[in-house]
Amino acid sequence: MKLIKSLLILTLTFTFINMNAQDRYLTRSGHIKFFSSAPLEDIEAHNYKALSIVDLSKGQIAVDLLIKAFEFEKKLMQEHFNENYMESGKYPKSTFKGTFDVPAGLKAMEDGTYALDVKGDLSIHGVEKPIDTQATLTVKDGKLEGEVVFKVKVKDYKISIPKVVVRNIAEEVEVTGVFSYEPFKRG
Amino acid sequence: MRRLMIALSLSLGCFTASLAQDDLLDLLSEEQEEPDTYVEATFKGQRLINGHTVQTRKKGELEFVIAHRFGRINQGIDEFFGLDGANVRFSLEYGLSDRFTVGLGRNSLQKVYDGFTKVKLLKQSAQNPVTMTWFSNMAIRTLENPDFADDDFTSKVSYSHQMLIARKFNDNFSFQFSPTYIHRNKVLENQENAIFALGMGGRYKLSSRVALNVEYFYRLNEEVGDNFKDALGIGIEIETGGHVFHLNFTNARSMNERAFITETDGDFFGGDIHFGFNISRVF
Repeated sequence: MKLIKSLLILTLTFTFINMNAQDRYLTRSGHIKFFSSAPLEDIEAHNYKALSIVDLSKGQIAVDLLIKAFEFEKKLMQEHFNENYMESGKYPKSTFKGTFDVPAGLKAMEDGTYALDVKGDLSIHGVEKPIDTQATLTVKDGKLEGEVVFKVKVKDYKISIPKVVVRNIAEEVEVTGVFSYEPFKRG
Repeated sequence: MRRLMIALSLSLGCFTASLAQDDLLDLLSEEQEEPDTYVEATFKGQRLINGHTVQTRKKGELEFVIAHRFGRINQGIDEFFGLDGANVRFSLEYGLSDRFTVGLGRNSLQKVYDGFTKVKLLKQSAQNPVTMTWFSNMAIRTLENPDFADDDFTSKVSYSHQMLIARKFNDNFSFQFSPTYIHRNKVLENQENAIFALGMGGRYKLSSRVALNVEYFYRLNEEVGDNFKDALGIGIEIETGGHVFHLNFTNARSMNERAFITETDGDFFGGDIHFGFNISRVF
């Protein structure tokens, strides 16, 4: 009997841990797009390998991506992006870590779209800056989708644009993120 | 016993919980794959001065190169320091894949047509210390050479092969060895059909867009006569977006491998220097 009770406690403990883990949702194929609109040309690049995780119990979100995974239509542009602007050899990653207040419906994973005010730190090109942006999380049939659009001032992250291409590259770049999360289970 | 079990299960629970990452970024960092370490842009252009670099065009990229070599600077004011006479080379170079580039060119000096293929065999990364590219070129001279009694088509053809080996030591400095074999179908009596040479060249970035290039081709077997010299060049490279500009000073007049490696007759330190430029545009 004692043994059974103890086992019950053990099981409960693990169930609790498991439940805790199910508040976390992860994606390995987040899509990040950036778009620069300048007088001479529009430039866009896509990264389909961004990692992101959301913790609904704590109201936390994080994104981690490799700069080299951005794809451009022109390969030479991609080379310049990595070499001259982002210096991806030196700064291979860009990350974001933020917090938000979790609406009760979202916490319970009820269907709906939840607008969130996310505050956090964005790190690009080795420079970390606080940002504050609107994002949405959508719950549908137990699935979690995230979307965010915000602007980044290139200068804020110490990325220098030479005068000769100043009409080709925008000072402010629009970043869009789309994430389809799956429940995160550890290894 | 019961207490012990509770204590045990609780401590086990705590232990497991502490294993779960609290910091989401640390967790993602563990999940993230290692960034690839392939080195980009060992050189900016497919040419250093006269010779090819290990660089190839990426798939689908078309490069148009216009290059000039003027006359010798020491010709003085009568020839406007060489600027009155120019040798021009045009070429179109296309990336069939990221590793395979083909090109067609035309040189005004001796009216030479040339075609080349370049294959990138190895890319420098954390595992590979160097980038290696094979270069093969065939050149056809269409201007008659009065020195040859019978100057038929075969006599006008020559071949160049190079194993280009380069390393980017850091963001600013790259160096290349270019072991070269050149075969000329027909030569004069005091010349060798086959010439071996070792090319050496480096690029040093002076700023984010400007670099200093130096290139030297050392001939391993010399001709009987000593009227030919090793090709030496020094140049400034300026890169702006899709353009690469080279301002070169070299003792070679031609821009074809066969000619500048084996038939350079200028004495660089005697002032036989040709000013010239390469302009490249990638589409």
